Amino acid sequence: MPQSAEKILDHGPLFREPEYQEMFARKKACDGAASIDATALQSEYTKGWEYREKNFAREALVINPAKACQPLGAVFAAAGFEKTMSFVHGSQGCAAYFRSHLSRHFKEPCTAVSSSMTEDAAVFGGLNNMIDGLANCYSLYQPKMIAVSTTCMAEVIGDDLHGFIGNAKAKGSVPEDFDVPFAHTPSFVGSHIDGYDNAIKGILEHFWKENPVVAGSTETINIVPGFDGFCVGNNRELGRMLDMMGVSYKLIGDAADQFDTPSDGEYRMYDGGTTIDDLKAAKGAKATLALQHWNSRKTLEYAASVNQETASFHYPLGVKATDELLMKVSSLSGKTIPEALRLERGRLVDAMADSQAYLHGKRYAIFGDPDFVQAMARFILETGGEPVHCLSTNGGKEWAENMQALFDSSPFGKDCKAYAHKDLWHLRSLMFTEPVDFLIGNSHGKYLERDTKTPLIRLTFPIFDRHHHHRFPVMGYQGGLRVLITILDKLFDKLDAETNIAGETDISFDLTR
Amino acid sequence: MPGLDPGVRAFPVPFREDTFMSDSYENDGKAHEQYITQVLAQYPEKFAKRRKKHLSVAKAAEVEPDAPVGEEGPLLTECEVKSNIKSIPGVMTIRGCAYAGSKGVVWGPVKDMVHISHGPVGCGQYSWSQRRNYYVGTTGIDAFGTMQITSDFQEKDIVFGGDKKLDKVIDEIEQMFPLNGGMSVQSECPIGLIGDDIEAVSRRKGKEIGKTIVPVRCEGFRGVSQSLGHHIANDAIRDWVLDKSAEAEWEAGPYDVNIVGDYNIGGDAWASRRLLEEMGLRICGNWSGDATLAEMERAPKAKLNLIHCYRSMNYICRHMEEKYGIPWMEYNFFGPSQIAASLRKIAKHFGPEIEAKAEEVIAKYKPLVDSITEKYGPRLKGKKVMLYVGGLRPRHVMTAYEDLGMEIAGTGYEFAHNDDYQRTGHYAKPGTLIYDDVTGYELEKFVEKIRPDLVGSGIKEKYPVQKMGIPFRQMHSWDYSGPYHGYDGFAIFARDMDLAINNPVWDLFDAPWTDGGELLAAAE
Repeated sequence: MPQSAEKILDHGPLFREPEYQEMFARKKACDGAASIDATALQSEYTKGWEYREKNFAREALVINPAKACQPLGAVFAAAGFEKTMSFVHGSQGCAAYFRSHLSRHFKEPCTAVSSSMTEDAAVFGGLNNMIDGLANCYSLYQPKMIAVSTTCMAEVIGDDLHGFIGNAKAKGSVPEDFDVPFAHTPSFVGSHIDGYDNAIKGILEHFWKENPVVAGSTETINIVPGFDGFCVGNNRELGRMLDMMGVSYKLIGDAADQFDTPSDGEYRMYDGGTTIDDLKAAKGAKATLALQHWNSRKTLEYAASVNQETASFHYPLGVKATDELLMKVSSLSGKTIPEALRLERGRLVDAMADSQAYLHGKRYAIFGDPDFVQAMARFILETGGEPVHCLSTNGGKEWAENMQALFDSSPFGKDCKAYAHKDLWHLRSLMFTEPVDFLIGNSHGKYLERDTKTPLIRLTFPIFDRHHHHRFPVMGYQGGLRVLITILDKLFDKLDAETNIAGETDISFDLTR
Repeated sequence: MPGLDPGVRAFPVPFREDTFMSDSYENDGKAHEQYITQVLAQYPEKFAKRRKKHLSVAKAAEVEPDAPVGEEGPLLTECEVKSNIKSIPGVMTIRGCAYAGSKGVVWGPVKDMVHISHGPVGCGQYSWSQRRNYYVGTTGIDAFGTMQITSDFQEKDIVFGGDKKLDKVIDEIEQMFPLNGGMSVQSECPIGLIGDDIEAVSRRKGKEIGKTIVPVRCEGFRGVSQSLGHHIANDAIRDWVLDKSAEAEWEAGPYDVNIVGDYNIGGDAWASRRLLEEMGLRICGNWSGDATLAEMERAPKAKLNLIHCYRSMNYICRHMEEKYGIPWMEYNFFGPSQIAASLRKIAKHFGPEIEAKAEEVIAKYKPLVDSITEKYGPRLKGKKVMLYVGGLRPRHVMTAYEDLGMEIAGTGYEFAHNDDYQRTGHYAKPGTLIYDDVTGYELEKFVEKIRPDLVGSGIKEKYPVQKMGIPFRQMHSWDYSGPYHGYDGFAIFARDMDLAINNPVWDLFDAPWTDGGELLAAAE
């Protein structure tokens, strides 16, 4: 009997006990699935060039994509505003999925209501669901703002949010002057980063459209962070740097506190976030900066249309990307970059120099949202590494061109390639045929780590199987240091694991590395 | 924290020799009635009326004092509320959709089939690897459980229809995964709205490649919860799988049974299968945890269907009874008292030889059970639990807690039907708070007022409850632990409930310079 009160076995060791292993064998003998030989043969075949070619010839099938759908981005965006409830108009299962998905990453509560549309709403439209839904949401959860997005069901039947919300207000669901910004977020267009963009643009339009404030009437700089699973650490780090510079700035959507509430006995359904007053005033800013270009194209276009200066970055991570952000902020604000930040920069460079021997020439595969991949590849180039396979399911042609320009800018980028609109099954073929030393991405990469035995470094959303990394920044010089250490830890752990058999491989089991 | 006595949590009560079965407690029904009134006051009038029908307090039935607990015994209480009705918009229902019920629950675990999330990318992405349906197999080669395979609809697919794309997707799956045993097409919302004919494509392509392709009409907008997705998935098994059962290779034996409605979460079905095999039964098919299509096809050759999750798979059991004359029986493998009762009930069906073996199995595991309850009983006795889960566990796990001396203060289901609430009366004690399709607001208030020692629910509920300083276990995914079924699982269950409740972190919530969050007066 494997189990005992003294030593309770978890599922891992429990199912390795002989009682279970024998049972599995009995079951396998008659389960009608592929034979062990056929499996071994096919397994080998998937590692070769021929399979790779077939794999890349796929036109319709998507396997293990690294992207989610638009309304997830809208729900994330809404979490960045003070006392704001997300209202997902359409099927209710979607809202349950978004909440679960974000909670599993942040290990935090995530709220969103649904208008719970079913068959009758598919036929007659979801107007009544909107009317009742806004009324219930308003009285139960007492938000200051309700941010509406849509699921594909509402989009396919063509529900008109603007008209519906107006109707609901006329029926008294919420007060006439209550803020209900909205965004159409069809899941069959783009990905979660477009949903984020649409939601932020919708919120800005709501507060800026009939707002007499004139752009440039204040010295403030608006900053749109983008969809960021590391928002908790990053937004705070960004604020710290800008405060050191004495810059007047406002984050347009800041979910750092919402996804990092303390445990002290009180459940805070709402915490932190950009206030409505700040949102209104933000129209007067002289400029709007987007930290993630591919997440914010429509938002920036809108900011430009109200005569704000705009600029965008690709997830400012590492030395040069942080330099560029700070210099842009400095030139916009007229504030100098303080000596303290120059010293921080120097400390990051110092750390990179100390460890360069181990990083030089290392080969990487990187996947994730387009701005993240761009940022990560750039940092890897700064360390003398080669970002050989850079893949983004939601990156486009223009992104791939940007990536190529980046590769061309460094001798370490010579053999590197960007893959837009490709998925993690493509990446599996790339990693088998052209192996790399490390894989950088999110938790979904663990299946690639298992299959190809390439160590996975988790540095982007979603991270389900490691805890709390998102509470620390990866942007800025401090963030760069953290990314550097995360990579180095994995590298040294691997080195030790490869040299730790006593009397066999431990010749190189060095105490000092 | 107000109302929290840290001493109670950190130190177990002294060990007592008597049984820990807590079959004599009663909940404070009057207080629970008040809580219902209080939460309803927050709703607009029209919706307070509607929600009222879903909330109740279990009323005592007239029973003998030592009547057995469980579905073989009499009703202990009356727990009926309105159920399986549309959720109210805007209230933060915890429910999911029909796709979740079909792809996520019933079909997803069938390991050698490729399940196509047919439509936009999201549904498959959010449900990817989240149910923890364990299986043995080489993923991507002969098993496909922890993969996200989708037709990733784009705008043009919505406008021009997705049937051509589905056709191509099926061809490409054959190219990429030639060892697949078949496929299923799991419809997402747009499919039913744009008029695609996935049945025609499935039938034609199935013939072409010589494999089973099952179209499932589980669009998320159908029905009121996951429940209709279960039903639709069952119907698809009936119409597209069982019709091949005549040709299935399986030499029928006298003790062949199917395990139905065990999804092998954290290995549950394995911990159960072991016990059934030990008592001399042979498992013909396992639905659907760690299942292959072949195991499902041959199921009509079994002598008895054993159903664990009644809510999600009773439909197919009824069908097999009608069409193939196979009887079915519910069982409960949570906690030793129900495991023993279930083993005896199952054995009775097969006669004295199996009955004797069942007694041997029960006797074999008794020392393990005793040592578990001796170890954890004193640490858990009298602890109050609130549950809110899917369609079965809100009643089935109650007795597992009671086996450890714990008490159930409240329970409710996301997607139960009337018969589930009736069955709940076989388990629930008088005064238990009953909530159907509870809203985020209601659950938060109920938990705040009752302040149980443990809440068992899902990922969306976990963090709000823990922020209040109340221990929590996810009771869908076993919080990444498990199995919880069978005797091996009970050991893990007991350990997990103890580690949740008796972890020292719950005593660290208050900063010492505050009193329940209020700053103490400055020292003189």
